[in-house]
Amino acid sequence: MIEIKDLHAKVEGREILKGLNLTINPGEIHAIMGPNGAGKSTLSAVLAGREGYEVTGGSVTFEGQDLLDMEVEERACAGLMLAFQYPVEIPGVKNVYLLKAALNAQRKARGEPEIEAPAFMQLVREKLKFMKMDNSFLHRAVNEGFSGGEKKRNEILQMLVLEPKLAILDEIDSGLDIDALKVVAEGVNSLRAANRSILMITHYQRLLDYIVPDFIHVLADGQIIKSGDKSLALELEEKGYDWLLEGTA
Amino acid sequence: MNQYSEAFTAFNKDAESGWLKSQRIAAFARFEHLGFPTPNVERWKYTDTKALARRNFTLKRDYDLKAARELLNSRDLQLDAYRLVLVNGVYAPELSDLDAMQDAVVIEPLSEALDKELELTCGMMGRLAGIDVDVFTAMNFAFAGEGAVIRLGNNQQLKKPLLLVYLSTASETPVMSHPRVLLAAGSNSEMQLVEYFVGAEDAGNFTNRVLEGVLERNAQLRHTLLQSGSDNEWWVGRVQIEQKRDSRYTCHHMNLGGKLVRDDLVADLNGEGAESSFSGLLFGRNRQHLDIHSLVNHNAPLTNSFENYKAILNDRARGVFNGKVIVKRDSQKINAQQSNANLLLSDQAEIDTKPELEIYADDVKCSHGATTGQLDETALFYLRARGINETLARGLLTLAFANEVIDQLPIPEIYRLVETTVAGQLPQQVELELD
Repeated sequence: MIEIKDLHAKVEGREILKGLNLTINPGEIHAIMGPNGAGKSTLSAVLAGREGYEVTGGSVTFEGQDLLDMEVEERACAGLMLAFQYPVEIPGVKNVYLLKAALNAQRKARGEPEIEAPAFMQLVREKLKFMKMDNSFLHRAVNEGFSGGEKKRNEILQMLVLEPKLAILDEIDSGLDIDALKVVAEGVNSLRAANRSILMITHYQRLLDYIVPDFIHVLADGQIIKSGDKSLALELEEKGYDWLLEGTA
Repeated sequence: MNQYSEAFTAFNKDAESGWLKSQRIAAFARFEHLGFPTPNVERWKYTDTKALARRNFTLKRDYDLKAARELLNSRDLQLDAYRLVLVNGVYAPELSDLDAMQDAVVIEPLSEALDKELELTCGMMGRLAGIDVDVFTAMNFAFAGEGAVIRLGNNQQLKKPLLLVYLSTASETPVMSHPRVLLAAGSNSEMQLVEYFVGAEDAGNFTNRVLEGVLERNAQLRHTLLQSGSDNEWWVGRVQIEQKRDSRYTCHHMNLGGKLVRDDLVADLNGEGAESSFSGLLFGRNRQHLDIHSLVNHNAPLTNSFENYKAILNDRARGVFNGKVIVKRDSQKINAQQSNANLLLSDQAEIDTKPELEIYADDVKCSHGATTGQLDETALFYLRARGINETLARGLLTLAFANEVIDQLPIPEIYRLVETTVAGQLPQQVELELD
């Protein structure tokens, strides 16, 4: 699905990613954990193509294409989708409008016809229900005045509608109470499929109780310093990061 | 000035002696005396008319019907309305559609009204927009002869909108036109007026329109102005409205381009309970210059005014907004609100904004605010990260900025035209049945 090789990236002249390697195969769920400032959010920003992040070395291949060479919207249309840590409020643009415009843009890129209005509405209603969101969400401006939990649910709603090949969840659990976390996790779990991969970036082990990953990686100082299966999370919870960091300093 | 002098002499020489002829002479003298405004004149500080003054324009008495018809057909609003069309300032009966009005004539071309009811018509002229108001208004008066007269009787309610179309077509020499619209709305009357200024891509004319109108007690006028011209088009407009008790004037001014656009809007709230609500949009590209000046005079207690203006400027376009509210002494219990928000789509676009309040009463509620910003880059990234291409994402966000003022447009055809001009072709809105 995606192959990240020796990735180096700078933000405002400072090197944040220092040779990151990661391969995710179709159907796998990976979690990246790590202390603050390790480069977790930089990684998601670089993958989504955010401005202000300068890639200084390495490569990223997504579905056989050079990801770093693609525009932001091309990446999305190719099936890479980032759920934002801080979803953006867009006054004046309705949720339903964004969903339809985005879905049609992606269908168009795939050479498919635009979705018919009734089919679209049926799809959106079904996904809304699944995310325990009310129909009134559709009429509201994108994320405007949403609570933290509503914003995160809205991100997952978009994923359910757009069905990306690779879903990147940037701290999807931060700021969520346990009930909201359960709904979000259920949404993410429903995305699990043999041809879809998920990359979660998180501070907290708690998320991994609800979305169980196949692999866990520890990111520190711009590199992955330790990888393992889900048992690694328990070890981290018990011992913290320090025992891992000692070796790299 | 010489060119205008010749044009004026030729224009006025055949007129019958009388009030109108002598007023025109006085108006022209006023225009000559003042000359085109320079930036030294406070009200023209940010809008330089030097380039306009250097131009030569001719005054037309006829028009090319074929070219006019083509322009009208290509840009028709498809409105179900009573329609009066002026081509480069000259009434075009072939393109107008006033037949259905015959029973109760509400609108007629100014040229015909001056022929048929000279005194009555002259009585409406210059009452509010006289020769001392402004140099362009004086100039308009000097060349007054074309335009429209709108008279709505007491309790009369127009079912269909009145549509005034001003076509600006290209010809060998640029043309000037000075249409004047005289409006009298009787007590309890209700109407909707649409003014549509359309310039051909290759036209470079000068339009100087004056509209003056009186709203009697409880009269309601909704006025939509849609103006767009090429990068060579010069456009100056003035609306001067007097409002009696409980009358309501609602206007939507969409100034969507021209080399130089200056729009003056004045409402005199002279009767208790009168209310004005102005909303407007300036949209400029390339090196266009657009300027809107509004003035609300709260001359009576218990009057309200609401103003909301937005400007969207791209490339090297420049915008000017000046909104003035004057509350007279003894005009108590006033509510006056004004807001101006500006969106600059390029680093070289510029806006000068100046809200002004002059309050001489003590029991009033007045507010004003102005903001200027750029498109939200994080919102742009968010939309693109969902697969929406950059052009479309920018269009969506630009439209979202303008929504507040264009959502209120009463006519869907006009809304769509403004939307396309401002934001480009966007995907259709999603119609939802509420449940």
